[in-house]
Amino acid sequence: MNDGMTSGLTTETAIARDLTKRAVWVAPAFLLVGIIGWGLDGLLSAALALVLVALNFRLGAAIITRAAQISINALYGAVLGGYVARLALMTVVVLGVKAVGLLATVPFAITLLVTHLGLLAWESKHVAMTLAAPGLKPTNRSLQEKRST
Amino acid sequence: MLNVLAQTAAGEMLEGLKAIGAGLGYGLAAIGPGVGIGTVVGNAISAMARQPESAGMVRTTMFLGIAFTEALALIGFVVFILLLP
Repeated sequence: MNDGMTSGLTTETAIARDLTKRAVWVAPAFLLVGIIGWGLDGLLSAALALVLVALNFRLGAAIITRAAQISINALYGAVLGGYVARLALMTVVVLGVKAVGLLATVPFAITLLVTHLGLLAWESKHVAMTLAAPGLKPTNRSLQEKRST
Repeated sequence: MLNVLAQTAAGEMLEGLKAIGAGLGYGLAAIGPGVGIGTVVGNAISAMARQPESAGMVRTTMFLGIAFTEALALIGFVVFILLLP
């Protein structure tokens, strides 16, 4: 895992990047369930859900990072605006895919909810809540890199 | 003939009502997380203003808190997609 502080990333960007990495790890399981249960539509729907979850985390982190650079007041507005914008974006994308007729709702719903909550619960174990290492818990590798620089 | 027309109208009305219900449900489901995220961010900003040196840790907690709260909105979104005709 990557230590956010040593690689020069903000804490939320490091966490979002780590979440995306974990989403890639669990993706084959969901894609397999999708294709076995619902065929090609199931595969596409599970893939769409995985992409949306990862994109949602990344976009959320990017919004927080950008807003925090501006001011603390901008953060409040950007986070709430970003929440609405991300939900709207997700709705538009999913309705678009549904209109084309490629969306299998059940595998999409299962993948979206399980991945979002599961990844967050998983990530919570790897986050350090200390002032010394805010963000991801430092690993041996990241500590060695830090010492060498 | 009138019976068939009445049945068709009832079917269409049911679909329409389903769509209205799905939209209303999604909208209502998005309110709670909106309030929750507002509370999370408000308190995080307050913490960062009081103790700027803890900003990194607070932002980590805030990001995870926002993501967890957002899961409620996603449940509403999923119900919306499942109900949509």
